[in-house]
Amino acid sequence: MTTVAATRLSADLAELESEAIHIMREVAAELAKPVLLFSGGKDSIVLLRLAEKAFRPGRFPFPLMHVDTGHNFPEVIEFRDRRAAELGERLIVASVEQSIADGRVRDETGPRASRNRLQSVTLLDAIEEHGFDAAIGGARRDEERARAKERIFSFRDDFGQWDPRRQRPELWSIYNGRVRRGEQVRVFPLSNWTELDVWRYIIAEDIEVPDLYLAHEREVFRRDGMLYAHSQFTELLPGEEPFTASVRYRTVGDMTCTGAVASDADTLEDVVAEIAATAVTERGETRADDRVTEAAMEDRKKEGYF
Amino acid sequence: MEAAFATRPLLRVATAGSVDDGKSTLIGRLLYDTGSIPPDQLEQIREASIRRGAIGGVVDLALLTDGLRAEREQGITIDVAYRYFQVAGRKVILADTPGHEQYTRNMVTGASTADLGLVLVDARTGLNAQSRRHAAICALLRVPAVWCINKLDLVGFSQERFDAISTEIAELALREDLDVAGILPVSALHGDNIATRSEQTPWYDGPTLIEVLDAAPSIAATVDGPLRLPVQWVIRPQDQGHPDYRAFSGRITSGTLRPGDEVVLLPSGRTSRVRAIDVDGVELPEAQAPQSVAVRLEDDVDAARGEVISDPAEPPIVTRELQIEVCWMSEQPLAPRSRVLVKHGTTTVKAVVDALVDRLDAEAFERTPSPDQLELNDIGHVHLRLGASLAIDLYREHRATGSLILIDEATNETVGAGMIVSAT
Repeated sequence: MTTVAATRLSADLAELESEAIHIMREVAAELAKPVLLFSGGKDSIVLLRLAEKAFRPGRFPFPLMHVDTGHNFPEVIEFRDRRAAELGERLIVASVEQSIADGRVRDETGPRASRNRLQSVTLLDAIEEHGFDAAIGGARRDEERARAKERIFSFRDDFGQWDPRRQRPELWSIYNGRVRRGEQVRVFPLSNWTELDVWRYIIAEDIEVPDLYLAHEREVFRRDGMLYAHSQFTELLPGEEPFTASVRYRTVGDMTCTGAVASDADTLEDVVAEIAATAVTERGETRADDRVTEAAMEDRKKEGYF
Repeated sequence: MEAAFATRPLLRVATAGSVDDGKSTLIGRLLYDTGSIPPDQLEQIREASIRRGAIGGVVDLALLTDGLRAEREQGITIDVAYRYFQVAGRKVILADTPGHEQYTRNMVTGASTADLGLVLVDARTGLNAQSRRHAAICALLRVPAVWCINKLDLVGFSQERFDAISTEIAELALREDLDVAGILPVSALHGDNIATRSEQTPWYDGPTLIEVLDAAPSIAATVDGPLRLPVQWVIRPQDQGHPDYRAFSGRITSGTLRPGDEVVLLPSGRTSRVRAIDVDGVELPEAQAPQSVAVRLEDDVDAARGEVISDPAEPPIVTRELQIEVCWMSEQPLAPRSRVLVKHGTTTVKAVVDALVDRLDAEAFERTPSPDQLELNDIGHVHLRLGASLAIDLYREHRATGSLILIDEATNETVGAGMIVSAT
C-alpha cells in the first residue's frame, strides 16, 4: 500500500464523493441483490471509481449490467468491455436486439427511429430475470426537471413504475431501502453532482474515459440544429448531407439520438472549460429523446426508464 | 482554472413557501443572478409561459422550479426539488419545498440535510402562520434561518415596515430560542439586496442574500466533535492477496481518526486501537468527518454493521429507551402502543410507542400534553421502547447519530422523522 499526504480533491468534491460512497455501501448492506448499471458513459465510469473506493480490496458486492440497444458507439462498447475486464468484475449485457428478436418490443422504423423507449422493457426484463432488487445508476438531479424531484433511493413498483406523488420522504442520510418481493429501488449516488462536478472529478482522479468525449474528426449530418454521427443505424432525410467535422460528445447514448458538439477541445481540461462557458444544458444540447414534450423524461420514468 | 469552480465546502440550504409569497421568484432570482439558468432552459419556460397565457411575455419563473406535470398543470409545488448553483466559488444545494401545512413532511425532509434555512415573509402582511411554521421547523431541526422580508417594493421600501417585522422576528427568536442568521429587506422581483446592495434601502447596512450564503458555515459534519463512525459494511476479501484483511467501512459523522487512536465499538462495548485507515489501497495518515473510509483495528474484533466506532472519552449513549421529537408522515395516525421499526444510523430495530408526550402547534409555538394520536404532518414528543440497544447521541449535539426514521413494517413506508431528545 502507498501512503499519500492528502487527497487532491477540493472540499466540495470530497464531500460529494464521500456521500456517494456512503450511498453505495448502504445499497450493498440493505438490499439482497443489487446491480450497477454501467454504460461506458462518464457518469457510470465515475460510479465504478466510487465502487472501488467503497469496496476494495474486496470485490464489488454486485455485478455490472449494460442495456445495449445495439445502436451504441462501437468505441464505447469496446471501452465498456475493457473496463469491466480490468476491474475483474462480472458484466451482464442485456440486449434490446434480443428483446426485438423475442418479440418483447417492436423496433421503430424510419429516419427518426429510436430505441430509447425500448430500453425500459429490456431493463425491466433483465431485472426480473436476474432477480435484482436494486439498480444503481448514474443519473443526476441537474439533468432535468423531473429528476430534480427524484429521491436518491427511488422506489419502483412491480412494473418498474415511478410514482412521483408516492415518493418516500428521505431524511438526513438515512435511506429506507426496504422492498417487497418483485419491487425494486433505483439508486442514484450522483444525485447531488452537476455535470461539471463529474468532469472535475474525472480530471482530479485521472480517470480514463472513451475517446469520443474529446474532439475528433467524424462524419456527421445536421438535423434539427444538432450534429449526428452518420452510421449504418441512421437513415438520412431528403436534403441531409453528411460532412466531416471536428466534434466531441457531451453525453453517450444511442448513435441515433445522441448529438455531437462542434469542438476543438482535445484535452479534458479544454472540455471542462468549454462546458463551464456553455449556455445550454447537456440534455438540451445533445439528446433528441428529451426534446419530444415538456414532460418527456417524467413520462418515460413512469414507464420504468432510468 | 480550478479557481473558477467551487473549492469550498458545500452549502445546503432549505427553503419553503408557496407561489403567493414569492418563493419561486426568489429562487429564480438567485439562479438568474448567479448565472445558473442555461438559456435553453430559460427559453423553454418562456415558451411555456406564453402557451399558458402569460401577459406581456413575462417569464413565469415558477415553471423553472415546478418539475412535475401535475405541478405545472395545477400551478403548485408538491415535492422537494433540488437546485444547484454557485456563489463566489461555493457550491450551493438548494432544497426547495412547498409551504402549506399539508406539506410539513416535505419541509422537514428539505431541512433535515440543510446548513441554513431560508424563511420568506411578505412585507405587506408580516409574519403569518406559514412563516412561523417554517421558523418552527428550522428550530426543531436546529438549522439557523435567514429571514427575507420580501416584496418590499410593494410597501415603498419602507424602513418603518421592515423594522416592525424585524422586531417581531427578534421577539419570536428570543422567546422560542430560534437561531437567526440574518434579517434582510429584499425584493426578489427586482433583485434588491439579493446579489447587489439596493439603492432603495440606504437605511440598511447588512449583507445581501448572496453574501449571507457565501459566509454561512457548513454544519452537517462536525470535525471538532468526538469520533463517530457508524459501520456500514465489513470489507473482507478472503482472497490470496488479502487472506487476513478485514476492515470496517463507513462514513465518519463526527470527529477525526488517526492510526493509533483508542476506540470503543458501541453498543457491543468492544475496545481496540486503529491500525490503519485506507481508501482503495491508499493508506491515510488521518481522516475526518465527513469522509468515507475503511478502518482496520489492532485486535481481531468480531464486529458488524450497526456498531458505532467511537471516542472512548466521549462515547455515545447506549439505551433501549428514547424520547424523540417526531414529525409524523403517514396518513395512518400514530397512537400509543403503535409498533414501528426504527432505523438509526446503520441499525434497524423494532420499537413500540410507550406514550405520546405532547403535540406541537407549529404556528402558535404551543404544546398540548398527552394527545390521543399524532396525525399526518403533526409534530410532537414521543416515548419509544426499543427491541435492542442503540448507540445514540442527542440530536442537539450530533445530527447524524441523534436522528432516526420510523418505518411501517407492513408497508415498508417511511412514516416518521425523529430527533432524539433524551435517552429515558
